[in-house]
Amino acid sequence: MCLAVPGQVESIRDEAGIRMGRVSFGGVVKDVCLAYLPEITVGDYAIVHVGFAISKIDEHSAQETLRTFAELGILEESLAELRESDPATEPGP
Amino acid sequence: MEPGSPEIDVASFSCPAPLRDRPLVVMGHGGGGGLSHDLLEHVFLPAFGNPVLDRLGDSAVLDLARPLAGGGRLAFSTDSYVVRPLVFPGGSIGELAINGTVNDLAMSGAEPLFLSAGFIIEEGLPIAELAGIVARMAAAAKRAGVAIVAGDTKVVERGHGDGLYLNTAGIGVVAPGIDLGPHRIRPGDAVIVSGTLGDHGMAIMSVREGLGFEAAITSDTAALSGLVATMLAACPALRLLRDPTRGGAAASLNEIASLAKLGIEIDESAIPIAPAVASACEILGLDPLLVANEGKLLAVVPATATDTLLAAMRSHEHGRAAVCLGRMVAEHPGVVALRTVIGGSRVLPLPIGEQLPRIC
Amino acid sequence: MKHLVEYRDADTARRLAAEISRIATRPWAIMEVCGGQTHSIIRHGIDQLLPAEVELIHGPGCPVCVTPLEMIDKALAIARRPEAILCSFGDMLRVPGSREDLLAVKAAGGDVRIVYSPLDAVKLARATPGREVVFLAIGFETTAPANAMAVQIAARERLANFSLLVSHVLVPPAIRAIMSSPGNRVNAFLAAGHVSSVMGTWQYPPLAEEFRVPIVVTGFEPLDLLEGIRRTVIQLEAGRHELENAYPRVVTERGNEAAQAVIAEVFTATDRAWRGIGVIPESGWRLADAYAAFDAEQRFDLGSVTAEESPLCKSGEVLKGVIKPNQCPAFGRECTPRMPLGATMVSSEGACAAYYHAGRTAHGTRLA
Repeated sequence: MCLAVPGQVESIRDEAGIRMGRVSFGGVVKDVCLAYLPEITVGDYAIVHVGFAISKIDEHSAQETLRTFAELGILEESLAELRESDPATEPGP
Repeated sequence: MEPGSPEIDVASFSCPAPLRDRPLVVMGHGGGGGLSHDLLEHVFLPAFGNPVLDRLGDSAVLDLARPLAGGGRLAFSTDSYVVRPLVFPGGSIGELAINGTVNDLAMSGAEPLFLSAGFIIEEGLPIAELAGIVARMAAAAKRAGVAIVAGDTKVVERGHGDGLYLNTAGIGVVAPGIDLGPHRIRPGDAVIVSGTLGDHGMAIMSVREGLGFEAAITSDTAALSGLVATMLAACPALRLLRDPTRGGAAASLNEIASLAKLGIEIDESAIPIAPAVASACEILGLDPLLVANEGKLLAVVPATATDTLLAAMRSHEHGRAAVCLGRMVAEHPGVVALRTVIGGSRVLPLPIGEQLPRIC
Repeated sequence: MKHLVEYRDADTARRLAAEISRIATRPWAIMEVCGGQTHSIIRHGIDQLLPAEVELIHGPGCPVCVTPLEMIDKALAIARRPEAILCSFGDMLRVPGSREDLLAVKAAGGDVRIVYSPLDAVKLARATPGREVVFLAIGFETTAPANAMAVQIAARERLANFSLLVSHVLVPPAIRAIMSSPGNRVNAFLAAGHVSSVMGTWQYPPLAEEFRVPIVVTGFEPLDLLEGIRRTVIQLEAGRHELENAYPRVVTERGNEAAQAVIAEVFTATDRAWRGIGVIPESGWRLADAYAAFDAEQRFDLGSVTAEESPLCKSGEVLKGVIKPNQCPAFGRECTPRMPLGATMVSSEGACAAYYHAGRTAHGTRLA
């Protein structure tokens, strides 16, 4: 129920009292209602569902998540490789 | 007249007086009398004119002795065209009608030669709009190297025609020795696509009421007979060709698997999709494999000939982005399987009905 | 597309899956309650990367699947009226009512239009003052802010020809209903990331506690889903049952308060029938009395609509995770994607459709 896609706010305007914006999704631009994100500014990324921005994407948090992924399993893989090359090696803590 | 050109200038395009007097198509234009003749003389003949058509016989008499000499066979195809809006980014119903039938012939390995064009026009369509589409058809026919040698016009009452419906039928010749078809396909054969998928359908979607968006997406409508000739010359072992129009690549791949009674395995990360098309599909929840194309083809070829064929295709303007998508397999006959970008798998089923945007 | 493709990296997916394999020592059944997540799982073949111990059960998270039959029949009745224009998201067009679907009504002359946003329906109402524009407002909490704003705008502009057919459903009551269902096999939930971006996560801890199930708020891209599953398995193996947020770049504990405020003004809780499951108390939203003028159910005298579900259809059991699609006697026989008996076979993320297509390969999983 939640097809919502990340887009970047390109411009913001007021349309009859409602905050609207032009949002770019990888080069495809649509008009999006920004009324639910009063703090969002040009350049920010937001998740957009049925033409409404419902949440700002926290860049810092995104970086954290990707960093967790990058580190994940690396230790295990190194240990596995070590064990393969030298069966006498004890698994780490 | 270049494709994508803006307003058609009726005055400079055809004999001025009668058309300026009557700017809209009326029922009488389909009646066979003076009004019909007006359309013929001032719209169709100037655009399509050629020695056969200009004779204005009840039928076109064609001398095919030379093309058929030595065992050539006749290829014959027809298709009707219904699209809204009539003009869209990258083309119009006119180009679709010419290129579509040219491509159907080309997929059989035929050199397209002659086309007919049937017009069913809605009363009230501005003649300038009709003339513009006719001009585009003429340009497309010229690019494809075909002559429009027969035609017909009927007019239907307002509210019955979406502006304009077109039918084109085409004749081509298949040279001796060319035998394309599913019966030739073998397990292990490579499946190749000539370029990016989903362009046409998303170009239409971008101007569709209620769903539109701004994007640099244009229809890929193109005549592929030149590309096919290049491919056949480089690779006589070519097994089969298909152009993935309505239903997208998914429909054609399922068709191929079903007819060949073999399975197909496709590598999702190999599928070429223009970034704007990919983004537009993400927004609307559409699968690019189910989106229509009008200037692309799928080819099945023995695996050993893959590199040769790709090189030949990439040397042609309509095959620059050609890539190998996957292969035919003996397993799961009739089923198309996709290896997903993350290494999982899913079945790509035959689409049922039109693909609809989703929110879910 | 930034913030999208990074979460589809094949190598990272493989490592996440390997990690899940490493830590899962016992069979676990995890349910995702979001059609969008089901769709992503199927589209990317995520379940094939998981070890045999981890089973994903596709829950009733697709509004298409759970919109009550009566509501579909009402939408069809409205669409048949010459003065009406029925606007809907594309998802609903092929869902079978008692006798037909919206596409069939369109073919018979009904004015049915697909829109991307409820604001498009408002725009249409402004442009066609002589017609009654009715918007089929289905969806979970994610879609409610949009639908609510459409109503507020219509109210402010005094648009007399605009109304909504409302059938909103809510996630937390669904979780409660599933956990209370006889035959329930669910050990943990992946909570819907985008619902949570609107509503926050504060509703889940009491449920996690009461039913002793881990609830992990999860995103939609492959890496997000795998990460949500990984954190869920860690909890299950450790015997914990807590709320966790595995989608922090979009979801906060309080959610979008501006959206919640508008929802609270425009909608009010109601009992809602879930197709195939039955009535779940306080599990839906209807228009608040202040906005009754925009309620299509009141504006159109639709009489009593007796809906008739196919007696063969077992969608409800499938949606609750009690049976698998291929355990339904009609599966693949009377019921196929081409001739669906119930919504779970129609919807592209319906569990039955997913099973049907996956089962067509000789071995079902692990293609080369």
